[in-house]
Amino acid sequence: MLLEIEKLSVQFKTESGNLIALRDISFSLAEGEILGVVGESGSGKSVSNLALMGLLPDNALIQTKSVKFQNQNLALNSQKQLRPLRGKKIAMIFQDPMTALNPSLTVGYQLRETLQTHLELTKKEASRKAISLLERVGITSAEERLKVYPFELSGGMAQRVMIAMSISCNPKLLIADEPTTALDVTIQKQILDLLIDLQKENKMSMILVSHDLALVKKYSQRIQVMYAGEIIETGPTDQVIKHPHHPYTFGLLKARPSAHTGKSKEHLYAIPGTVPSLRARPSGCQFHPRCDRSTEVCVKINPDISASEPSFACHHPLESL
Amino acid sequence: MSLLSVKNLSKSYVTKKLAGKSEERKVLNNVQFELAENKILGIVGESGCGKSTLAKVLTRLEDFQSGEITLCGQNLREIPQKELTHLIQMVFQDPYQSLNPRKKAWEIIADPLIVVKNTPRLEAKKMALAMMAKVGLLPELGERYPHQFSGGQRQRIGIARALMLKPKVLILDEPVSALDVSIQAQVLNLLLDLQKEFGLSMIFISHDLSVVKHISDETLVLYFGEVVEHGPSEQVFSNPQHTYTKTLLESAP
Repeated sequence: MLLEIEKLSVQFKTESGNLIALRDISFSLAEGEILGVVGESGSGKSVSNLALMGLLPDNALIQTKSVKFQNQNLALNSQKQLRPLRGKKIAMIFQDPMTALNPSLTVGYQLRETLQTHLELTKKEASRKAISLLERVGITSAEERLKVYPFELSGGMAQRVMIAMSISCNPKLLIADEPTTALDVTIQKQILDLLIDLQKENKMSMILVSHDLALVKKYSQRIQVMYAGEIIETGPTDQVIKHPHHPYTFGLLKARPSAHTGKSKEHLYAIPGTVPSLRARPSGCQFHPRCDRSTEVCVKINPDISASEPSFACHHPLESL
Repeated sequence: MSLLSVKNLSKSYVTKKLAGKSEERKVLNNVQFELAENKILGIVGESGCGKSTLAKVLTRLEDFQSGEITLCGQNLREIPQKELTHLIQMVFQDPYQSLNPRKKAWEIIADPLIVVKNTPRLEAKKMALAMMAKVGLLPELGERYPHQFSGGQRQRIGIARALMLKPKVLILDEPVSALDVSIQAQVLNLLLDLQKEFGLSMIFISHDLSVVKHISDETLVLYFGEVVEHGPSEQVFSNPQHTYTKTLLESAP
């Protein structure tokens, strides 16, 4: 296993008390594996990744039982331990390339920065490497592009630059947090195909975060469904999609119309209500107020996720067909 | 009979450059379509293809250079403003920016009545609260401000506001793009219900093919300001003719 996380919790300290953003999540990631993480806004899918990168704000309280990366214990609270890994062994692609890139520095400067920090290259060597990276991600006339600023690039181009930056040190783990949400569909496909190519070529593991189940289904080997700061279902992609056990997973699958199949103008299956806010968490199972299968036990006891597969956290799961 | 007909519509923006030079950029080029009563027309295209400009032109928020738009048998340019608001209304993409943060929900919804029809406040409030119930909001929430609502609820407020003057045509510019998947489904269901109840025609603009396929009777594909494909949704999605439509469909996960 490349990454093993046991019982990671994150709380945010605020004036009105601590808000629980992530509660006891555990998962592992094999080498070369693509894990798809799905969930709606506020489900905690970004928080877990930011914790792993050591990028949470100062008011975040991180607790873990154990985190192992390449069989080494890792303290997520220690910037000293994370700094040499971040950008080198673990890299991240953010959702909006226009805000993730520094607007006042050239593309070349930002690319060289990572290379010079981690690989101790000279400026010249770093520039040469930067050019080859830009070429690899499909940017033409790469040498001239080193001198441009992010605003001179289109969204798709800027995302390619960020991908180039993230793979510059051959990371073992690449976290792609909604890498294509800000982009058009045709560009989305180009970017994801590029990411998958690079993932195979460099034998990286990848965490692909998205709110779009259809997208995760297409590109990942395993799926993790998150809801209100917890993992509520996980397993091999095909199995989860074909036989969801948790009513929320089932709902997510049904709620989204498909561009390829399905009848139009019929009512979609809609999950009633909204994702609970961090300030008003329900008792028991976090999903029970929106669930049509909930009973008394759901209100009282928050189910744990089963350790063996199929893995889900529900008192009244949907039967396997 | 068609409710809305658009013929040879072209529009360009002129951008001023340094030294008095100006550049003309065509954003809509010879766009043609008709919208029949009780139908939903989906418009798909990528960013920059002119989707939103089209919405603005149809609601007369912006003018156009050439072509002809007829709404309910009248030339769009000649319809008096007050009458226009009764014919066509718009729901905007971002439910966070399209509601006045300093007004209560019922005030936002009642405003069209108060401004356009001079309805007394109390009566307008009553009607606004009734409309809230129709779009699935508890009327008790009428006293709250926009920031106290979730994204999905805010979009319902936007829809309620657009329906207050009982328009014939509703233009929805990316109405569900800012919403989570489970909330998207709720709003799409609501729109289909309202369409039946009010006998509305809609123009549903989105970059999301699957949503357009689901909701619309006809689909129009825009590419750099030009209509590259137009037909019954089922046909466009199952048997696309234009290469661009094919590319779009292949790219959709």
